Amino acid sequence: MAELKESRSKLYIEGVKAGFPIGLGYFAVAFSLGIAARDYGFTAFQGFISSLFTYASAGQYIGFSLYAANGTLLTLILLTAITNLRYILMGFALNQRMPAGTSLGTRMLVGTCITDEIFSVTIARSGIPTPWYTFGALLTAAPMWAAGTAVGISMGSILPDRIVSALSVALFGMFIASIIPPAKKDRAVALAIAVSFACSLACEYIPFVKDLSQGTRLTILAIGISALFALLFPRADEEDKMLEEAEGVTSGESNETDGEVRNEG
Amino acid sequence: MKVNIYLYIFVMAFATWCMRVIPSLIMKKPIENCFAKSFLYYVPYVTLAIMTFPAIVQATDQPLAGAAALVAGIVAAWFGANLFSVASICCVTVLILEFLL
Repeated sequence: MAELKESRSKLYIEGVKAGFPIGLGYFAVAFSLGIAARDYGFTAFQGFISSLFTYASAGQYIGFSLYAANGTLLTLILLTAITNLRYILMGFALNQRMPAGTSLGTRMLVGTCITDEIFSVTIARSGIPTPWYTFGALLTAAPMWAAGTAVGISMGSILPDRIVSALSVALFGMFIASIIPPAKKDRAVALAIAVSFACSLACEYIPFVKDLSQGTRLTILAIGISALFALLFPRADEEDKMLEEAEGVTSGESNETDGEVRNEG
Repeated sequence: MKVNIYLYIFVMAFATWCMRVIPSLIMKKPIENCFAKSFLYYVPYVTLAIMTFPAIVQATDQPLAGAAALVAGIVAAWFGANLFSVASICCVTVLILEFLL
């Protein structure tokens, strides 16, 4: 029992170490989210608790803009489901890899920790999810995400317009960094992204469609384009691919982390 | 009428949490359906792409700076820059261009 406890705390600390550089990046991107949240009428406290309990970049961005547009709770639930569908896929991937005897409680707790980056490090560490490592990483990174949002909301009004304008694209930079590497490996993904860009732009101009809310357009386009590509370019092995990507992303990040540590030392 | 913001935040957090734990609750064996797997595979990329463009062009004071940030970000990510480098490159591109324009 003592041994088990020791290995748990060891894993937890290892997770904290992985979570810290992730958290630093989160802080910067959350700052950008905070600038958007301020425009959509959120106070620093409201942004802080939103980020602390939701910790989902794209989902929160859509959620904030929907609030400003007087969206209904039903639309909010629908859009949250759409923008965070990838968490379901990641959840399935994690569950598939946990030992058969893992309790439902542990499975749910690990699922609760899912973000793009935490999922990546969890999978990359050994292929088999180690819950205490995952908890350590999330519990370190998520508060930094929340703090970044709050600072972005309160500082966004102090900083010069030019800086705010520049920082406001950080969030989009994060989105770009998430979609381009898979597009490089898979032509179907690259095509899907190109089609999405084109349709998204077209929707700004097409009569009637342009009058729909941003959220409604996103929902229709996301379901429509994904379904189209699922029919045209079906996949049999997407989870393995995703895992490979997750490992690739993390190994790249850990290299950088090594560099940072050396710089500090 | 505007929904109470705290109720709104709670629903957003709870709905997001549901997405994270649903697989733990319902998964008894791996998904086999090819269409469902493929659909789930494309959804994240399509969603993020739609959210990025043209929104990135509209987010900056100068649309041209936003467009340049998009191109710079895609090029950087293509050549292997990680998440936070890409975000930084986008910001710096906007900063420089808006200074010049």
